[in-house]
Amino acid sequence: MNFPVLSIITFTPLVAALLILLLPAERKNEARAVALAAAIFALILSIWVYFSYDQSAAGYQFIEKYNWLPMLGISLYFGVDGISTPLVLLTGVVMFTGVLISWGDDNKHVMAGIQDRPREFFAFLFILAWGVFGVFVSLDLFMLFFFYEIAVFPMYLLIVIWGWAVTREYAAMKLTLYLFIGSVISLVGVIAMYWVAGQNTGVYTFDMLQMENAGFSQAFQNIWYLPVFLGFAVLGGIWPFHNWSPDGHVAAPTAVSMFHAGVLMKLGAFAALRVGIMLLPDGAKYWSWLIMLFAAVAVVYGAYIAFVQMDFKYMVGFSSVSHMGLVMLGFSTLNREGLLGSGLQMFSHGVMTALFFAVVGMIYDRAHTRQIPELGGMSKIMPFATVGFIIGGLVSMGMPLFSGFIAEFPIFLGVWGRQWLVAVIASISIIITAGYIMRNIRQVFFGEVPEKFEGHLTDITILDKVAITTLCLFMIIIGLFPGFMVPMVQTGVENILRLLGGA
Amino acid sequence: MFTATTFASILPEILILAIGMLVLIVEPFWKEEQRRNVGWLTAGGLLISMIISLLFGQPGAPTTTLGGMVRFDWLGFFFKMLFMFAGAATALLLMDNEKVGRRGEAYLLLLASLLGMNLMAASADLVMLYLAIETTSIPLYVLSGFMLADEKSTEAGFKYLLFGALTSAVMLYGFSLLFGFAGTTDIYQLAGMLRAGNLSLVAALGVLALILVGVGFKASIVPFHFWAPDVYEGAPTPVAGFLSTASKAAGFAVLVRLFFVAFPAFAESWTIALAVLSAVTMTVGNLLTLPQTNIKRLLAYSSVAHAGYAMIGVVAFNQLGAASVVFYLAAYIATNLLAFGIVMAYSRITGQEDIRDYAGMSRRNPILALMMLSAFLSLTGMPPFAGFVTKVAVFAAGIQAGYTWLVVVGIINSVVGAYYYLNVMKFVYLYRMPNEDEENHLVPLTRPYAIALGILTIGVILIGTVFAPWFNWSDAAALNLF
Repeated sequence: MNFPVLSIITFTPLVAALLILLLPAERKNEARAVALAAAIFALILSIWVYFSYDQSAAGYQFIEKYNWLPMLGISLYFGVDGISTPLVLLTGVVMFTGVLISWGDDNKHVMAGIQDRPREFFAFLFILAWGVFGVFVSLDLFMLFFFYEIAVFPMYLLIVIWGWAVTREYAAMKLTLYLFIGSVISLVGVIAMYWVAGQNTGVYTFDMLQMENAGFSQAFQNIWYLPVFLGFAVLGGIWPFHNWSPDGHVAAPTAVSMFHAGVLMKLGAFAALRVGIMLLPDGAKYWSWLIMLFAAVAVVYGAYIAFVQMDFKYMVGFSSVSHMGLVMLGFSTLNREGLLGSGLQMFSHGVMTALFFAVVGMIYDRAHTRQIPELGGMSKIMPFATVGFIIGGLVSMGMPLFSGFIAEFPIFLGVWGRQWLVAVIASISIIITAGYIMRNIRQVFFGEVPEKFEGHLTDITILDKVAITTLCLFMIIIGLFPGFMVPMVQTGVENILRLLGGA
Repeated sequence: MFTATTFASILPEILILAIGMLVLIVEPFWKEEQRRNVGWLTAGGLLISMIISLLFGQPGAPTTTLGGMVRFDWLGFFFKMLFMFAGAATALLLMDNEKVGRRGEAYLLLLASLLGMNLMAASADLVMLYLAIETTSIPLYVLSGFMLADEKSTEAGFKYLLFGALTSAVMLYGFSLLFGFAGTTDIYQLAGMLRAGNLSLVAALGVLALILVGVGFKASIVPFHFWAPDVYEGAPTPVAGFLSTASKAAGFAVLVRLFFVAFPAFAESWTIALAVLSAVTMTVGNLLTLPQTNIKRLLAYSSVAHAGYAMIGVVAFNQLGAASVVFYLAAYIATNLLAFGIVMAYSRITGQEDIRDYAGMSRRNPILALMMLSAFLSLTGMPPFAGFVTKVAVFAAGIQAGYTWLVVVGIINSVVGAYYYLNVMKFVYLYRMPNEDEENHLVPLTRPYAIALGILTIGVILIGTVFAPWFNWSDAAALNLF
């Protein structure tokens, strides 16, 4: 057997979480150091996986399989393809930057980072990361679901304990219940798929590669596609089940917002793709009009709601709904361009939104307000963060030379191929997005510093700068050299198209 | 007549009896302060008995021993091991209970009811079954009302006694009718008699309903659940934990064996009836949990809901269903004992049992808080804890049998459950005590608690992650039913 790199990546956060929990409560810096070490380790391994993935061979690579419960056909079955490899990398990046952002400082007066019980914070955050990695690498439906649930529940604690005191209890409960309802509805579909696949093939297994050939009847797919797809897509923030997401983003502490918008929403989209579209392709075709409708509404409506927000973090939260709508829109096309765009958009949006939330968090920690009209002149205080936000803004608007363009352009191309009217309507969102991003850049970062902030605000720390640089780097690399990621995602898309029976 | 198999079939019971004797002999010689050590004796004895039984008392092919009274198979054996494990944990948790821990009788009563439970799981005859149920119940009536000076405890004991006596009388009437119809009390011969078509459907369902009253009382299935919250609240906490786990599982052991073995001919009818009961049990249990402010009452009502989930496996009436019930109960025993143990350990120091008194717990003892998190997330059905796989197994069995609607009711209920369990965690982790200085008053764990809670936590995580061995044993047990 080869070097089991995927299981090492997956279980690194768990081991780190347990180590951190074993430390005494007052050893805060040791807890942070262990967290950072583990995050760097996972990041390096995920970069290694990314670069050693053989694009010419395509398919699932780094495969590991251990029988877990043979009687029911459950195995610990890991492997990545062109869609999930970038997402593993994304998780590594967000985990690393999330730890940097939450570092905290016990001596200074700035309330940045996590001061209260960092030990528990990092432990719960890493259990979340464990679940996220697990979902991206699992090829076994049961284990995918197992990890999916693990990624959901720490959110509750992370938000409720370290979140924004005003709305955290409400938002955390709302988020958890929404996601839990979504996941258990998918669970019913997953179990139904398990039994029917077993009846059709005579082999009762949760192995997704075998379930792809289970020959589900059209009627079965039509019934179960919607519960399965939408149940997972709740976490992807699909309209009309997106309601939990902006509230959750706003209430969460910075690193958790980054994780949440950057990675967790991809988790929902990814699971919807892998379980919904790939295992029930005929159902996907049957219902693609409905998903397209939902996604198109999300794209435009999300952008519009983001436009009217006065709270900086709510604005970013709704812009996530809009951008995730683009991912879903790409899924609904079921053609090469649309799926390619979605795959890229998942990565691009993940990095971009993590950056947005990081900058918002830095500003809030210092200014103690997120009301856009009350802020101003931040470029004088934190020039570095300003540059970062502007780059993120350009990505968000889909400017050429940045990753957003590379991702969004194929999506619109694909949608045009299916239904040109939807493409026209959805493209309105680009204008609205440009509107709110530029308005916010002007209002928050330029102009005069309001009097009440004069003198109290400090620049961001060196760790914050490292985090911003890392995130910006990926957005620019993909923008300048699309070859960095496009061929990789293409290999994954080819596989999906094969299951769909050709585009 | 008295062969090695006969001996092996009741080996765990013989050992329990021996421990009981030992307790009786030793206890009077120990001084008042030392009597707490009877707990070590009981728990240690039970663990050793488990090992001995596992080594020498493993069942082979299912047989009936002692003149057709006792069935010697994996189903009974697996349940016996579960009960003894629960008994050992309960004994440890009893030790530092101020009013109960130093009284040797408490441990003796615990052992006596354990004996009854073991026989409940193994009974192959209605007479034996009835005796076993009474042997289980009577010591538990006394244990529930053990704290004589405490009004609530006395009330709990008396209430439990009245309900228990009434329901067991109804069940006995059901047994007598069954004997009248079939002419035998042997559970394994009943099936043949009843299949022959000499019993009408109405009569069979009537008898089943009467029996269900008794079994449903033990398993706290709605509408026979009324005693549970009051008794759990009043009884000493470890006893409440024992009632909600081992005693409930014993009820299910009887339910599964009796219904699967003796009444397969009427399965079509009773599965529908039980499906409705299961849905009602889950829903009522969960809705009544929502407004609770006392942690023990919350756990009591939630244990009613859990009986409903477990019943989905019975309703499925297939091999996976039976296996999933057993698996579910194994996980549930570990989880709920952990929850009650934590309540005991915490309220021993704070003297409070309301949910709001858990504010600041994570600051007063982070480890205990983590254990509580494990227990409550397991009850919610979240991985990597035991509750997740077992719930999926039960749901899978339900869908396999075509009861998708029941599973949908189940998942809606588990979402409701998530609400109130997470709500408790909010107190544990988020809220501060009214006087923040009090948070410096740590909540230390004495050694019996540390051992019992540690083992239970590891158990909850092990069942939830490395689930193959547990599931395979459950499946082996289930195999004996078909």
